[in-house]
Amino acid sequence: MNRRSFLSAGHNSKTPLPVQPRTDSGLKPYFPPFAKPELLHLLNRTLFGIKQADLRALNGKTLPDCLDLLLKTEPLPTPPVNNYNDSTLTDANVPAGQTWVNAPFDGNANGRRYTSFKSWWTGLMLNQGTSLHEKMILFWHNHFATETVDIGDARYVYKHHMLLRKYALGNFKEFVKEITIDPAMLRYLNGYLNNKNAPDENYARELQELFTLGKGPKSNYTEGDVKAAARVLTGYTVNATTISSVFDPSRHDISNKQFSAFYNNTVIIGKTGASGASETDELINLIFLQNETALHICRRLYSFFVYYEIDDFTETNVIVPMANLFRTGNYEIKPVLKLLFGSEHFFDPVNRGGLIKSPVDLCIGLAREFGVIFPDATDYVNQYFMHDYIRTQAANMQQNIGDPPSVSGWSAYYQEPQFHKLWINADTLPRRNQFTDLMIGNGYTRNGKKINIDILAFVNSLSDPANPNTLISDSLDIIYSITITQQVRDFLKSILLSGQASDSYWTDAWNNYKGNSGNTMNRNIVLSRLQSMFKYLMNLPEYQLS
Amino acid sequence: MKRRDFIRSTAPAGIIFPGLINGFTFKAFAESPLVSALTQAPTETDHVLVIVQLNGGNDGLNMVIPFDQYDNLANARANIIIPKNKILKLNGTSFTGLHPSMTGLQTLFNQEKLQIIQSVGYPQPNFSHFRATDIWLSASDSNQTINSGWAGRYLNEEYSNYPIGFPNTVMPDPLAIQIGSFVSPAMQGPAVNMGMAISDPVNFYNLINGIQGSAPNTRGGKELTYIRQIAQQTQQYASVIKAAAGKVTKQFSGYPTGNSLADQLKIVARLIAGGLKTRIYMVSLGGFDTHAQQVDSTAKEKGSHANLLQRVSEGIKAFMDDLDFLNANKRVIGMTFSEFGRRIKSNGSVGTDHGAAAPLFVFGHYAQNDVIGKSPTIPLITNTGDNIPMQYDFRSIYASILQQWFCVPERTLENVMLKNFQNINVIKKSAPCMSTSPDIININAGKNLISNYPNPFQTSTTISYESFGGHTLIQIFNTEGKLIKTLVDSEINAGTHKVTFENEGYLPGVYYARLQNNAIQQIRTMLLVR
Repeated sequence: MNRRSFLSAGHNSKTPLPVQPRTDSGLKPYFPPFAKPELLHLLNRTLFGIKQADLRALNGKTLPDCLDLLLKTEPLPTPPVNNYNDSTLTDANVPAGQTWVNAPFDGNANGRRYTSFKSWWTGLMLNQGTSLHEKMILFWHNHFATETVDIGDARYVYKHHMLLRKYALGNFKEFVKEITIDPAMLRYLNGYLNNKNAPDENYARELQELFTLGKGPKSNYTEGDVKAAARVLTGYTVNATTISSVFDPSRHDISNKQFSAFYNNTVIIGKTGASGASETDELINLIFLQNETALHICRRLYSFFVYYEIDDFTETNVIVPMANLFRTGNYEIKPVLKLLFGSEHFFDPVNRGGLIKSPVDLCIGLAREFGVIFPDATDYVNQYFMHDYIRTQAANMQQNIGDPPSVSGWSAYYQEPQFHKLWINADTLPRRNQFTDLMIGNGYTRNGKKINIDILAFVNSLSDPANPNTLISDSLDIIYSITITQQVRDFLKSILLSGQASDSYWTDAWNNYKGNSGNTMNRNIVLSRLQSMFKYLMNLPEYQLS
Repeated sequence: MKRRDFIRSTAPAGIIFPGLINGFTFKAFAESPLVSALTQAPTETDHVLVIVQLNGGNDGLNMVIPFDQYDNLANARANIIIPKNKILKLNGTSFTGLHPSMTGLQTLFNQEKLQIIQSVGYPQPNFSHFRATDIWLSASDSNQTINSGWAGRYLNEEYSNYPIGFPNTVMPDPLAIQIGSFVSPAMQGPAVNMGMAISDPVNFYNLINGIQGSAPNTRGGKELTYIRQIAQQTQQYASVIKAAAGKVTKQFSGYPTGNSLADQLKIVARLIAGGLKTRIYMVSLGGFDTHAQQVDSTAKEKGSHANLLQRVSEGIKAFMDDLDFLNANKRVIGMTFSEFGRRIKSNGSVGTDHGAAAPLFVFGHYAQNDVIGKSPTIPLITNTGDNIPMQYDFRSIYASILQQWFCVPERTLENVMLKNFQNINVIKKSAPCMSTSPDIININAGKNLISNYPNPFQTSTTISYESFGGHTLIQIFNTEGKLIKTLVDSEINAGTHKVTFENEGYLPGVYYARLQNNAIQQIRTMLLVR
């Protein structure tokens, strides 16, 4: 019995299961050609959808130059504003259009501030530059997952988010130190309740299990280590006025903390007074001395950006060298990303198009790749509402930014064996199709403002829209990550051509429209065909891949 | 008790139900929940319409060939004319013959299952494939843009909440199915598209057999296979289509091979016989844009156009035989159409350029078996731009099928067709839902209802016409098929009337006066001279 028939034996489908696709490429620098397909693959994975402006910015550049650009941090955004005053609620401390992030807490307005925050964040993703920064912020939000309702105050949520933003491409070790005493995290994982009389192990456990060491086969820390770490971390409280963490020596456990053989039986000596806080640094140093920390983070980066399956070959030839660089580089994040995105492995054809778009990828990506126009900042009320609409769509597809289901983040990023297949089910796939149908069709209208795909503008910005073949291949470059057969291309063209055989009929129709774009009939002829074709394109399962 | 159960148990026979609705005075009962419930219920019918779209603009003059105009036609298109002795004759008419490759349709005509409608078009014909296609699918006027399709508007009248609450027990099946393409704009309702597409026959067999399409051997291919599986599960009609297809284990064995139209129609027959309540199916065949080499120069009855017509004829014939075999023939009416016909005069590349009106076929057990309309008049000398004048508006055919086959009441019909179109007899009287009005067409066969004097004329001519009362239309068309004047468009009394056609600076040449009075129309050829 050969391998194929073995795999299909006993399976009901008449199509044999595909042989598990795998690759033997490692982290050697990818050698040119770095041509359009490679650039598209790189941008698909590092951005939320590819704007034509991104392509123009990077087209013709070398891979190292592209990586340097993609690894630049985005400028600091202006904070979210009060978009939510209405007849039923006025935020007494925050004038409309002004930011609430430094205003006093207001229990009535707090829920609306969450929504404002999420709209604001959605807007930052929608308007990201040609940079990996925003996608890394989502990565870290999933990694250091927190939920707004459990944090309980939108101002903390904002502050926490700004921490993610600050360290997204920075130093991971510093990042963990800051996260450990971040007021939002102290609230979310009860660190502010952790004291010498009643140690709360919540953060100490997640710090090791999720945030650093992980649960890999060699991550053999013990329950005793969780307890010891919890005692190290006793004494932190939150100043609710300044929204900052405070170390209170009177709440700190000053006894020595004994760690297990996994940590080489290290003892953290208990300290009194303000220097009790330095035990936290010692704990983090200890954790970062363990090989598993770098391995765990590199595995998470790999499955977020490349593919969820890590076989032995990939572990040895991709994850281990990434982790080595992470450690020797003192846990700087950028060099590791540069190594991965510049590698043969990343560009291996077997790895292209193999990620299922997360809901955020899909919704933000659609708006960006088609250049959907939102109300501008002067009309912030409608702008925030429209951003909220996009955010809600992703939430309906099971990814609500700011509120992952648990401290583990979204299960599609970690749950074996399905991983990102979990994004697609009998409920979410129709929702995805309905969303793309709506956006290519009538769009979403509120307060007399509308967002939708201006497909004529999109097509007009392609290299040669009068040529149906070029139009289709240019479009597929931008919105598809997987190669499709000539048969499907022919079918797409038959939609543009209304079943006619000659390309010239599309060319004539397009030129007629361009010659007199004010003519409703000329416009409608090309518009209806483009809408049909793009609706079809986005309904095909291929559109769900990145 | 559910609404439908109530209706079923209180209406002793199916036939009473539509009558009951029609019997209400709607204004008086407009607020009644009962009436609104009744009017929202779809009409009880198991009738099916199959629309065969011929993409590209079919050369109607080489398909339905006028023996009585043959010499002028041969003169106009010497390089492509079908040899007279090869043209297929039809029972009961000496005027009209079929292309030699259409023996299947000849048989159907002689078996009284085929109707030929002459010179179907619309005023101000558009010669762009795209625009003309949109006009045919939306049933708009030539200068009007409508973003819904005629079939979609009909289905929206019948199933007004679709897709909310669908599928359901009354309508468990797709409302309309497009085979071999994406969902046609014809099925676009006012808000949502009412159809589903089975984009190609392979896709259909994959669907009913649960087979996935091929995927590349990459990680992307692996994920794609997964998403496709979920997509099949979520296709809300997948299970009913599979079930219907599964009920038909044997079909007529005589389907031709290598004929994509026949492949599509075979699927349609299977779904109909499998019991789907789907009302409208669309299939299509492309390649009719025969600007060049449409015939073999050495044997003009052969060539690319002949091959296309053969596919149409053999496909429809096999489909009809299959419906007989599957005992579903009484449920189905079909019609062909193309976005336009082609020019009378052929071009120098052994082909024909974009034209206007053209004949179409209505087929089925209950199709009226006749040729309606006269042979198109072919002038002795034709110019490059000359087209045959329209005799029937294509929307009249839609309207007549909706009324006579789907039992659509008058007032709904106007919502669907957006105005009142002539009702012409396309369905046999013996079919359920047939109107009972007297067949005035037959009574008046051979009688000239419109004439003009003087003819030829210089400054003006007086048109005399006979109306049987009711809506009457007199239109003047030029030889390109353009409507240049509407002389009468009103309700008038029965009798003979006169109207004057003034020469307002028209170019000399042939003009056609078209009389339309309810189901009747006639064309009068007038000659304007200097």
